[in-house]
Amino acid sequence: MSTTAPTSTDSFWHSEAAIARRKKRHGADRRLQIFGITAITIAIGLLGILIVSLVSTGYQAFVQTEIALPVNVSSEEVSRDDPSKGDYRDLIRQALHAEFPDVGDSEFRQLEQMLTRNAQFIVRDRVVSNPSLVGQTTTFHIPMADPIDQLNKGVISAETPEDRRRVSNVQVELFDQMEQRGLVSTPFNWGLFFNADSRFPELAGLAGAIVGSFYALLVCFLISFPVGIAAAVYLEEFAPKNRLTDIIEVNINNLAAVPSVVFGLLGLAVFLNFFGLPRSAPLVGGMVLSLMTLPTMIIVTRASLKAVPPSIREGALGMGASKHQVITQHVLPLALPGILTGTILGLAQALGETAPLLLIGMNAFITSPPGGIMEPATALPTQIFIWADSPERGFVARTSAAILVLLGFLITMNMIAIFLRSRLERRW
Amino acid sequence: MFGYALLLIIAMSLIAYFVGRSAGSRFATNSQEKIHSLPSYHGAFVAVWVGIPALILLLLWVGLQGTAIDQLLLSSLPEQMTEGASASQLNLYLQEIHNVTTGRVFGEPSPEIKAAAERLIRWEAIARWAMLVVILALTIVVLMITRAQLSPRFRARNNVERIVSGLMIFCATLAILTTLGIIGSLLFEAWAFFQMVPVSEFLFGLNWEPQIPIREDQVAAAGAFGAIPVFTGTLLIAFIAMLVATPIGLLTAIYLVEYASDRVRSTVKPIMEILAGVPTVVYGFFAVLIVAPAVRDFGSVLGLAVSPNSALAAGGVMGIMIIPFISSLSDDALNAVPRAMRDGSLAMGSTRSETMLNVLLPAALPGIMGGILLALSRAIGETMIVVMAAGLIANLTFNPVDSVTTVTVQIVTLLIGDTSFDSPKTLAAFALGLVLFIITLCLNVLAIRIVQKYREKYD
Repeated sequence: MSTTAPTSTDSFWHSEAAIARRKKRHGADRRLQIFGITAITIAIGLLGILIVSLVSTGYQAFVQTEIALPVNVSSEEVSRDDPSKGDYRDLIRQALHAEFPDVGDSEFRQLEQMLTRNAQFIVRDRVVSNPSLVGQTTTFHIPMADPIDQLNKGVISAETPEDRRRVSNVQVELFDQMEQRGLVSTPFNWGLFFNADSRFPELAGLAGAIVGSFYALLVCFLISFPVGIAAAVYLEEFAPKNRLTDIIEVNINNLAAVPSVVFGLLGLAVFLNFFGLPRSAPLVGGMVLSLMTLPTMIIVTRASLKAVPPSIREGALGMGASKHQVITQHVLPLALPGILTGTILGLAQALGETAPLLLIGMNAFITSPPGGIMEPATALPTQIFIWADSPERGFVARTSAAILVLLGFLITMNMIAIFLRSRLERRW
Repeated sequence: MFGYALLLIIAMSLIAYFVGRSAGSRFATNSQEKIHSLPSYHGAFVAVWVGIPALILLLLWVGLQGTAIDQLLLSSLPEQMTEGASASQLNLYLQEIHNVTTGRVFGEPSPEIKAAAERLIRWEAIARWAMLVVILALTIVVLMITRAQLSPRFRARNNVERIVSGLMIFCATLAILTTLGIIGSLLFEAWAFFQMVPVSEFLFGLNWEPQIPIREDQVAAAGAFGAIPVFTGTLLIAFIAMLVATPIGLLTAIYLVEYASDRVRSTVKPIMEILAGVPTVVYGFFAVLIVAPAVRDFGSVLGLAVSPNSALAAGGVMGIMIIPFISSLSDDALNAVPRAMRDGSLAMGSTRSETMLNVLLPAALPGIMGGILLALSRAIGETMIVVMAAGLIANLTFNPVDSVTTVTVQIVTLLIGDTSFDSPKTLAAFALGLVLFIITLCLNVLAIRIVQKYREKYD
């Protein structure tokens, strides 16, 4: 009788060797699980770092430091009949002298630089739009220059030695003085949404980029929506199974994976160089984006068409409708929610696309919102790229803020798509 | 003027529709015979025939008007100016004439140019009105012809449907036209580039300094177009990205498929979708703002001299971008393995990790490989992250803390700003684009093949 052999299965499973084996195997199982959790945590953590860093650098750009400065728009300097002419720079100087009488000549230049360099034009535009201001003293809220803005927001600290910050001691003192006198305010920065681009961070806004993106997306939608639906309907409902349709299908799948910068090269060579369309125009941007979204559009539309049960088609055909009537009157209306959802998601993707727009020149420096699809413009992502490249400290916060605005648009579009899907889509 | 012409065409089509429809309904009430098509099809038939040819004419007119007027202008210039002038000289004249008409005058233009500018203004006005008149005439003529064709037995519906089918086929072939356009433009410009720089130098040269000499006799800046350092830089960054993304993405997919509860899955998947939906320019800014300084600080702690735009930072952030791509494709592949295989393995007493590693992963491997290849093609073609975070100088190195450049960075930097299509500097971008297109196309075709083959196996 051997004692080593197990007498029953029970003791075999409970032998030390078996327990050790099992432990090892379960340990391996737990390890894989922990690896998986770690991987997910890393991915989510990275997304968290991304969002936190954007918010923490960007939230400050949503407010802007302003100074309340009473300016006497004297009728000697500015004529009532033609207020656009006049030495507004001198007006500002006089106002500063009146407000800070004890600032010496040597320090006055530094005081002047605390205001945005476009202060004179801000006052001029207000007076031009309201000529009754001439001859009166009005308090203007003028944005302060970028370094002062940073000082107020705590990015630049007064503790740092003077030669290592861009604000002089005189300016720090003056700023404290202004604050004590209640001249400084930090209201919500509407300029971020309603100003166009500017070389000065305190004045730069997204209006031009938002309008440019809107025009480009409009063109993209007007082209890719009808063309995408028509192509998808043909391929799904009409196309005979032959070489040509096979080639088209392989083609569409491959186009969906072509790098976006290649579409930019196409736009540059064909639309700009061959057809001679204007550079930087939202029309060209929209056309390039529509070529990019077309494959997605076709794939999504085909999926929604496929989801409409054949009984609908057969019922309509049985009632004597022609094939075209079946599709336009029965299949397409039923597939429309799915198509719309896909369209919005495709447009959201197009909104974030940057590289092709860079190649067709939608990264120009443009200081007024475009008036139409043929005028030079920037788009939101290209504006982010321009600002990210700008050396001024203030543009870091502006870039993050612009990214937050872009992400806001993307989230809104996705929410609409999700809403449409849940409200309108029918399950068969 | 284009807008007015478009409005005119739309208005004429609407009129045509109502003319056709009222004719159709008159047939329906008056005619003794049975009518073939509904009145609205009669309307649509007339409207389509009025609208589409006019639209084509409008597009052709707008496209060709500029060149036609330019030709007329050149032939109207005095002969001593145009005789023996080169093409670029003629172009200069045209430019000057156009500038004079828009008021951008530098110095006093010659009287010939001034006269030509006046002619240009006059002709453009004539052309604008002529376009409207011609379109109006065309639509009216077509309207009358098509209206005359209508009759109770006229097959309006079949006609309209044939036209609609034709339009749909045209839209479907647009995808092919796009591909042809890409291939054609890349080949055309790259061909022009290879006339100036030999293919062998481009593909095997070790020196990439895309400058053009400003003067003929300039020695230093002759420019070198050997793209090997650019290719190695691209591969280095893509490799780093894959190194980051593949383990994280794959392990995420494994956890989601095998271990996660429904609740975890329904929260993690949308987060992954957010990660996938973030525009790449945002990742680029993230790389510049956070990751590159962090990598640099970490390097200096270790005593390494890290370049401010190191391949590591750019590749790492690109990896983050690709994680959701790999995880969702691997997820699909793992889920496509038949349930019976998984259940069989579990029933034999394997743990979940053994089932995953010995049964599911080997079975799903082709699908996962396809997904990784697709992700690699994405990494190679990715532009904004590297444009913002990688370097501009082409270094032939595989050191991840050095600065390298990539194909897409070079394409963008060569083409940003004013571009003239006759310098090797501009055309080099198209040659790089051609290489990029071919490589990503091969990777995509291969990946799609693998994924499809594998899917067929289990269907």
